[in-house]
This record gives sequence, structure tokens and C-alpha cells, in this order.
Amino acid sequence: MLIFILRRLLWMIPSFFAVSVVAFTIIQLPPGDFVTSYAADLATSGSPADPATLAAMRIRYGLDQPMVFQYFRWVGNALQGDLGMSFEYRTPVTDIIWNRLGMTALVAFCTLMFVWAVAFPIGVYSAVRQYSIGDYIITFLCFLGMATPNFLLALFVMYLSVEYLGYSVGGLFSPDFVNAPWDFARVLDLLKHLWIPVVVLGVAGIASLVRIMRANLLDELGKPYVETGRAKGLPELTLILRYPTRVAMNPFISTVGWILPVLVSGDVIVSSVLSLPTAGPILIQALKTQDMYLGGALIMFQCILVLIGTLLSDILLVWFDPRIRYDN
Amino acid sequence: MTTDASPPADLLPDVPPAPALARKAHASQWQLMWWQYRRHKLAMVSSLVLAFIILVAIFCEFLAPFSPNAFTPRYTYAPPQALHFFDRDADGSLVWRPHVNGYKVTIEPTALRRTFVVDESQKYPIGLFVKSDPYVMWGLFTLETKLFGPLKKGDPMYLLGADRLGRDMLSRIIYGTRISMSIGLIGVAMSLVLGIILGGISGYYGGWIDNIIQRVIEFILSLPTTPLWLGLAAAMPNNWPPLRIYLAITIILSLIGWTNLARVIRGRFLSLRTEDFVTAARLDGASEPRIIFRQMAPSFVSHIIAEVSLAIPAMILAETALSFLGLGLQPPIVSWGVLLQEAQNIRSITTAPWLFFPGIAVVIAVLSLNFVGDGLRDAADPYRQ
Repeated sequence: MLIFILRRLLWMIPSFFAVSVVAFTIIQLPPGDFVTSYAADLATSGSPADPATLAAMRIRYGLDQPMVFQYFRWVGNALQGDLGMSFEYRTPVTDIIWNRLGMTALVAFCTLMFVWAVAFPIGVYSAVRQYSIGDYIITFLCFLGMATPNFLLALFVMYLSVEYLGYSVGGLFSPDFVNAPWDFARVLDLLKHLWIPVVVLGVAGIASLVRIMRANLLDELGKPYVETGRAKGLPELTLILRYPTRVAMNPFISTVGWILPVLVSGDVIVSSVLSLPTAGPILIQALKTQDMYLGGALIMFQCILVLIGTLLSDILLVWFDPRIRYDN
Repeated sequence: MTTDASPPADLLPDVPPAPALARKAHASQWQLMWWQYRRHKLAMVSSLVLAFIILVAIFCEFLAPFSPNAFTPRYTYAPPQALHFFDRDADGSLVWRPHVNGYKVTIEPTALRRTFVVDESQKYPIGLFVKSDPYVMWGLFTLETKLFGPLKKGDPMYLLGADRLGRDMLSRIIYGTRISMSIGLIGVAMSLVLGIILGGISGYYGGWIDNIIQRVIEFILSLPTTPLWLGLAAAMPNNWPPLRIYLAITIILSLIGWTNLARVIRGRFLSLRTEDFVTAARLDGASEPRIIFRQMAPSFVSHIIAEVSLAIPAMILAETALSFLGLGLQPPIVSWGVLLQEAQNIRSITTAPWLFFPGIAVVIAVLSLNFVGDGLRDAADPYRQ
């Protein structure tokens, strides 16, 4: 087990490396560099910069060096906690992102829990009562949930709340609590706002998980051991929950691997609609203004967040199911 | 009196009559698939819906009553009008005369907001094949007839309401159909090329190449797609012409979207590689391309078609999300996502809930594509039972 975890941890190194290359590529993609935008900035403010100063800046920041060198310089700085400057906010990137990324992680985690809690009983019901009216309704709703873009759902929830509840549901905190220190009242206020993004983000995940749970359980329900249990006179509910459901649960845990990327992706869009203080809105803002150090750093840490989540789910899966071999 | 040798019909076991069995035994693979597909009712209905959507995409210039960019400031945020088919004549009898009612505009003195009330007394007749301003069909020839519209040029007709600039939502959604659907199709076609090349190499040769490609696929699949798409899309210079942006967006979508297709293709190749008939062909001295295209292709093409039809909705949703955020297609290109940009703030959607209509178009298109894909997947292997 320990060796498995160690090996899995070692695998993270090339993954992190690849993620950083992707993020650096995205930073470098727009034409021009950080000095070009600095010069453009000065030119619009009416005092064009002296070309000699700009050339000196390029040398100071190593922008005249080859790409590979620039990459290692960027990674080296990133490892020391320096992710470059944001042009938009005129502050170091690191000052902006941690709070936001924490909120993204919180929203993603709560949504994941919600998705599991809802998808599990519905999936079991749908499989046990296959082709009943309830199953048909659930199946239809699942397809509908997978077909609806989550930002559309977010807009729709906003619309309903303004039309019928009379107030807007954006944000994660009430105005009084936005800058308040963490205490019990603030957590309570957070929970009051959190359920909307959690539900909106969770719908697509629930829809696909219910389908998976249903298919897995249907495969198990036909097996002889279920028949044996029934012949022994086990009550139906106990029988289903104790044996086939447990086997069908496995893919449930491994779904974290693909559901987490979906949640972080969805968070980007949904949170800009609902104006949540997560990483999404500032990522979009940064990308629109081509504030690439901020954008690249956010993309990198969102990917790392997902990779860590996947790692945890892999470890959880091995711990949960002893049949999975540690070696290999 | 004639004697009947066979027992009464209700005693016979429930087997299909002999001709049907014979028909099944001699049917081609595609014939069997079609029979299997026909049994999926939702997929059949969805195919019709999909055919309709594709027709709209092809003939959008002719079907849209107005140009998507024609604006009338007078009708800013005009609500949808109901389409009436019958009208009362002077003597009170019903006559067939399709029309829409005009609006009465009042300006609220305090909020300075204009409110539209449908005015029953104003009637604008509507007809089929009406004359319109000249427009260019498929970029090839000029036409002056639209399928339907107001009989008198310039009469207001907003069946799905109007937007911020008084542009007709219906016409814009019809034009958006072409862009949104074609992005899905072209994007998937590009992912398919990537998927066939990389998945094919991976599954056919195996070994270390397979290992590397699989690790790359796993890595891409483990990343959140939207931030990556956004990052790549943000790198596009703002001054690119619309057509180039369109192409760039499809390329960006397919760069990340090929992985699933590659996996399916690899899986098929892997399982077929060891089949007896492939070994037989190889022993027979058949060339590699002949083995792949003549022997293996017939048994995996149907699966790939099914996977492709399930990949299109993902592309459409991705384009919609990118354009909605303002990092995808840009106006004047009209796609469903671009139209939904208008619905971004809460003020505009409470004054004009009909700005949601493009979203409904997205849901219908994606839903029917999903059902068709589901049906195709069930029918892909007709020999399973």
C-alpha cells in the first residue's frame, strides 16, 4: 500500500512538469511580451517609454534569452513563490490567487459531496425499478441535465430568484460578511449562499453519475449471488444495499478522476455568472485583458488542484477495494 | 372438408414466422443496424428533430425572415408576438388571414423605460414566399424571396421578440444554427482525424508508442478543459477577421477534444488485432492498408460513427460556453453562444426573458444529438445478441 502511494506520488512529478509547460505556453502564446504591454501602457498614458529603457528591461527580465531558459526561470521563480506580476492589478500574482483558489476548492469539494449524496440513491432506485415510470422520468431528467449548459442553468436560477424571490442570489457572502474575519456567523452566511452554485454545478455531474450507477448496478443485479441471497430469504433492501450496491460503488469513487475536472471547468463559467469570489471570474478577466502571468498561474493551479484530487481518489479507491492490486 | 395439419395459431410458440427469420439471416450488416436503430423510439424522433435542425442550418438565409444584423431601435426589447391564423371579417365570420398584432409603446415617466403592450387593433398580415430585401444565398446568388414574413416590407414581426438593438431573435437564432452546428461538425471531424491517426497508431502497433500516447491521453483527460480552452482562445489577436477566428476556435476545441475518440479507436484496433480473420488475412499476405481498410474497418466503423455523434454535442456546448464568456466567436458572427452573451446580466434577462431562447435551441440540439448517439451505439453491433 505504502509503495503504491509512493509510486503514485512519483507519477505526479512528470504531471506537474507537463502542467507547467502547458501554462507557460499559454502565457507565451499572445504576441508580444510583458515589456510590450508595459510600453503600450505607457504610450496610452501619454508618456511613451524610451526604447533604451525598454531594451534594458528586456535584459533585466531575461526576455532576450531563448524560450527554454525563460521557462526554467519562470518555474524557478514559481517554486520560490514568485509567479510574476499582474498588469491589471499591479500586484504580484501570488497575492491574488490563493484566496480565490481556496474558494474554488471549497465549492468543488461541496459539489462533489452533493453529487455523490444525490446520485447514489437515485441511481440505485433507477436500476432496481428498471423501466418503471420513475426510471423513465429520471432517465429523461438525466439526459436533460447533461444537455443543459450549466451557465444557462445559473442564469435561469438568477432569473427565477429575481422574479419570484425578489432578490439577487449572486456571490458567496452577504455584503456585511464579504470582508469580515472567519467566524461562525460568516460560515453560516456562506452556507446560505453556497447551495446555489453547488446545485447548479452539480446537475450535470449527478446526471452522468446516475447513469453510471444504474448501468453498473444493472450488471450486478443479474448475477447468481444476488439470486442466492434472495433464496436465503434476505429482505430485498438489505440484499441490494449489502451486496450488489457495494460492488457497483467502485466506479463511483474512481469518477472523481473525471468529475473533478468537469467541476473546476464548470466553476469558471458558473462563478462568473453568479459572481462568486472563486478563481473563475478573475481568470476570465485576466485572459480578456491578456494579463497572461495571472491567467497562466490560475490555469496551472486549477490543473494542479485537479491532479491532487485525482491522486486522493486513486488512493481512496485502493483503500476501499482490496481487489485492486497495488503493484502495476 | 379440408383438414389443417398445423395446430391453432395460439398454441404455436412465439417465434417470428419463417420469412422474417430468413430475411434476418440474409440481411446485410447495415440493414440489421437499421432495424435495431428503428426500435429506439427516442432516437427515431430525435433523428427527425436533427434533420430539421440541419435543414435550418443549410437554408438559414431563406428561412430567416430578416437579416440577423438588421436593427430597428424603435423595437428595442419588443416582446414576442403571437401568431394568429384567423381573423374576423367585417360581418364577424372567421377567415384565414395569418397576421401578428402591433405594439403600443408607452414610456414610464419615472424609470424612462419603454413598455410594450400588444395592440389588438393593429394587424400586420403575414404570408409565405414574401418579397424581401435582396440577400445572397450561400454566397452564390442573390434572392429576393423569404419563406415567410410580413406581406408589407417594414411591418414589424417579432415572433420570438427583439434584442437590445431591436434585432429579430428568430432570425438570429436561425442564423446561429448554421454556425453552432457547423462548429460541432467541423470540430469533431478534426478531432476524428487526430483520433484516428493517434488512436490507430496506438492500437495497431502497441508497445512503447502505445504507452506514450496513452499517458498523453490520460494527462489531457485529467485536466479541466474550460480553463485550457479559454487560455488558448485568449491568445488569439483581437484584430483577426471573423472567418479566421471561427477556424481557430474549431482547432482549439478539437486539440483537446480528440482524446476520447482516440481511446475508442485504440480499443477497437486492440481487440480486432488478435481476431482470427485478421491473422488469416495477414498469413494470406494482405498488405497493411488492405487489412486495416478491407478487413478491420467494417467491424469498427459503426462504433466510431456512434462515438462521433456523441462527441458533437460536447463541441457545441464548449463553443457556446466560450462565446458566452466573450472569448470565443465575436459579433458580427452569430452563434447560439454569441446570442447568449446578450443574456449575461440580470437586468437584461428580467426585462427580456426571451433572450433565453437561443439557450433552448442549444438544449434541443444537444438533447437530440445525444439520443441519436445513444441509438447508434445500441445499434452499432447488430450481432451482439
